[in-house]
Amino acid sequence: MEKIPILRMGEFLLVTIQVDMHDRLAMGLQEDLTQMISDTEARGVLIDISSLEIVDSFIGRMLGNIAAMSRVLDAQTVVVGMQPAVAITLVELGLSLAGVRTALNVDAGMDLLRSAVKGSSDQYGASLN
Amino acid sequence: MALLSTENLPIKAEIDVVAVRRRVRELATKLGFTLVDQTKIVTAASELARNTMIYGGGGSMQAETLNGPRTGLRLIFKDNGPGIPDIELALRDGFTTGSGLGLGLGGTRRLVNEFEISSRIGAGTTVTITRWK
Repeated sequence: MEKIPILRMGEFLLVTIQVDMHDRLAMGLQEDLTQMISDTEARGVLIDISSLEIVDSFIGRMLGNIAAMSRVLDAQTVVVGMQPAVAITLVELGLSLAGVRTALNVDAGMDLLRSAVKGSSDQYGASLN
Repeated sequence: MALLSTENLPIKAEIDVVAVRRRVRELATKLGFTLVDQTKIVTAASELARNTMIYGGGGSMQAETLNGPRTGLRLIFKDNGPGIPDIELALRDGFTTGSGLGLGLGGTRRLVNEFEISSRIGAGTTVTITRWK
């Protein structure tokens, strides 16, 4: 079966969506990622959507779900590389991807993930004191 | 208004929604739409094609390229599904009976220049959208 590959890099998982996903493929990614966060105890997920030519309400919902599910599993999610035309369309469609962290590119996304993960462990440490 | 071309694409399965997106992108590119306008009409088509499949139980999209006096792309989505009982409610943001975000129809309307919907209970739904260059 067709699948979107998920790469592991240290405590992070990386996903680059390079195909025009049909809905079942998107659902599959959601399930695979959740399973992999749990299996690898990943602290962060970076999703590169720079190749995506559109984000409609279904894909938008998938990104929101992944962010929410990873949060529940104590991992942070950052979506990077959205094309400007996609961003314009998404907002006009009425989607703001609330609850999804975004960054302009992979580098900025990795920085954001590292500081978010560090922030969440500091917070955890602080709450123990 | 001159009709440049017309064609019909089936929407029976998820993979057809991908084919609709691809074809609408090709047509919009051929008509010389800007990248933002291409993205808007492709996104609108994706929303409507999914509705046709999920709520309408399948159907088709007719694509018409138009020119003179204006250049545009008109897409007609037809299904023979159960129909929409309350169209005004269905157009409201946040309304959904299915797996979307409830942005489908209301959001789609904002992405195009013209939006028409007609629906008869038990007979099906037709949504026509037009984006001008």
